[in-house]
Amino acid sequence: MPRIDRVFKQLKAKGEKALIPFITAGDPDLATTRALALEMAARGADILELGVPFSDPLADGPTIQAASLRAMQGGVHLENVLNLAGELRAQTQIPLILMGYYNPILQYGLERTATEAAANGVDGFIIPDLPPEEAGPWRVAAAKAKIATIFLAAPTSGAERIRTLGRLTKGFLYYVSVTGITGARTELPLDLVESLKEVRSLVKCPLAVGFGISTPEQVAGLAPYVDGVVVGSAIVQRVARLRGQELIQEVGDFIAALKAPLRGN
Amino acid sequence: MLPDRHGRYGRYGGRFVPETLMPALLELEEAYRTIHRTGEFRQELAWYLKDYVGRPTPLYFARHLSAELGGPQIYIKREDLAHTGAHKINNTLGQGLLARRMGKTRLIAETGAGQHGVATATVAALLGLSCDIYMGTEDIRRQRLNVIRMNLLGAKVVPVESGSRTLKDAMNEAIRDWVTNVRHTHYVLGSVGGPHPYPMIVRDFQAVIGREARGQLRRRTGKLPQCLVACVGGGSNAMGLFHAFRDEAVRFVGVEAAGHGVDTHHHSATLVAGSVGVLHGAFSYLLQDPWGNIQEAHSLAPGLDYPGVGPEHAWFKDQGRAEYVAVTDTEALEGFNLLSRTEGILPALESAHAIAYLRRLAPEYTADDIVIVNLSGRGDKDVDAVAEAMEVSGAAH
Ligand SMILES: Cc1ncc(COP(=O)(O)O)c(C=O)c1O
Repeated sequence: MPRIDRVFKQLKAKGEKALIPFITAGDPDLATTRALALEMAARGADILELGVPFSDPLADGPTIQAASLRAMQGGVHLENVLNLAGELRAQTQIPLILMGYYNPILQYGLERTATEAAANGVDGFIIPDLPPEEAGPWRVAAAKAKIATIFLAAPTSGAERIRTLGRLTKGFLYYVSVTGITGARTELPLDLVESLKEVRSLVKCPLAVGFGISTPEQVAGLAPYVDGVVVGSAIVQRVARLRGQELIQEVGDFIAALKAPLRGN
Repeated sequence: MLPDRHGRYGRYGGRFVPETLMPALLELEEAYRTIHRTGEFRQELAWYLKDYVGRPTPLYFARHLSAELGGPQIYIKREDLAHTGAHKINNTLGQGLLARRMGKTRLIAETGAGQHGVATATVAALLGLSCDIYMGTEDIRRQRLNVIRMNLLGAKVVPVESGSRTLKDAMNEAIRDWVTNVRHTHYVLGSVGGPHPYPMIVRDFQAVIGREARGQLRRRTGKLPQCLVACVGGGSNAMGLFHAFRDEAVRFVGVEAAGHGVDTHHHSATLVAGSVGVLHGAFSYLLQDPWGNIQEAHSLAPGLDYPGVGPEHAWFKDQGRAEYVAVTDTEALEGFNLLSRTEGILPALESAHAIAYLRRLAPEYTADDIVIVNLSGRGDKDVDAVAEAMEVSGAAH
């Protein structure tokens, strides 16, 4: 069974929900990303999402844009991120998902990306500018390499598209909590819980929610309605602010705090 | 006729956008397909184009320019005489009327030269819609006059600080705004680029340029032209001129900006010197590094300073239906001077690229031949930049 599926199955058996933290690979450098990833895995993360730096991240807010820029200034690109995944895989069995825009993947080669990703222990890809209408060639390459293509669903999608997305996605369906770009928010949409209940009724696959989620309180409020919660910008803000051991410690503590409400009782 | 139902021109085009926008693009396509053919919409658009924009724009026989270059008869399609001073209004008016019928209350747009921003702000004022325009701070500096115009028209100009602070970055920010406010906002994309259905919609609204020119030339000479020439940024004024001639044996030449030269890293010659990939929702030619990161473009003409190009042009290039060439900043300045001195018309720096190429093209033709060049905009917005550039190059008199 693929690693992502196994994690959701095991968590379900324990009555737990998945914590899926996101950081941009190479922000501020690859060694820090490696240390952070291992710390997060040790402190309660269930699945890791690593961002592939890109010059024009148009689904991202200022926090992740800045992270992408910092990583690019260090010369980090897809190949480095694949190698980093390989290093992590040698040390942990946590599922690894790469989140990257389509053009760098296209230029590296769809088949080459998928095969090398698989060889380096990557489990899935989230490609935010690749809706199902355009995803055919990538899905073929990914399926051949046994890499999951994880689709996003949005508040604007409507029931029909959500059903389709739920059928096509592998691993889980990633529901975007807000009509908007990434970025930590103090308040989530008032109707988010209602939306999650509706999505839940439309799809059979595991459901994760992300975009804007930044506190353990928000995580606690959403946990009953989903199988997983993605937290990105709130972690990336800490990466931007802190360095060295202080950063690792702070992110580790934050992960532990975010995971607590997902452990059930 | 292309695009196919997936929004493809051959392998180019498509809709590479976040899921949040997919329903909006489908809604826009549906609305466009049902509304734009209705008699009511066509009459409304035609009325505004005539009484508000001042169409048809003249097709002017440039006797002195033709004599100076010593080749073909050169006709100039005077989009510079359209309201707001460029072809951009043809598209913003069409999209504005469409947006109003779709019940949208707010327009947003990206702008480089500021011409598309001004044209969008104008239509927003006309139709009573609120309006935000994204513009890179480098372009705000270069095109101050247009910033003032947009403000006077009641639009808010939102400065964009990221990347090269030019058109590409303004477009990123406009897309981010649209992702956030898509329910009540219409994104007025300014060229034949971006995700389907924009390349089709913008082409169709700009096609009035070529339809008019074709009729005007036929009435005057009874002939078709041998060749059409237009500058290419995203490609809307060029596609607007070409479209009505697509099934005729007429040569199409698109002129890109070579900036400091296509063999430097400072140019915007996407079709001449770029490679294929995905930018801003479409598969087309673009300027990128080996890792697929988008490279910064350069041109003295802010409206050409963009590392992408519309997918139908990419298709035309591969099919050999159109040729794409590039002229440098310096040549464009010569083109600017040439038209100013011979015909008393100050061209926009963008259009000056098309004018400049006539010098290279003219020797291929004789006085029996006809070339139409699209004068996509007027040069008032550029006089500061031109004066500055000529001082630097020592060309000022
Ligand atoms: C006068 C003028 N011409 C040409 C362009 C380039 O755009 P396109 O290639 O879409 O016509 C611009 C863009 O701002 C412009 O203002």
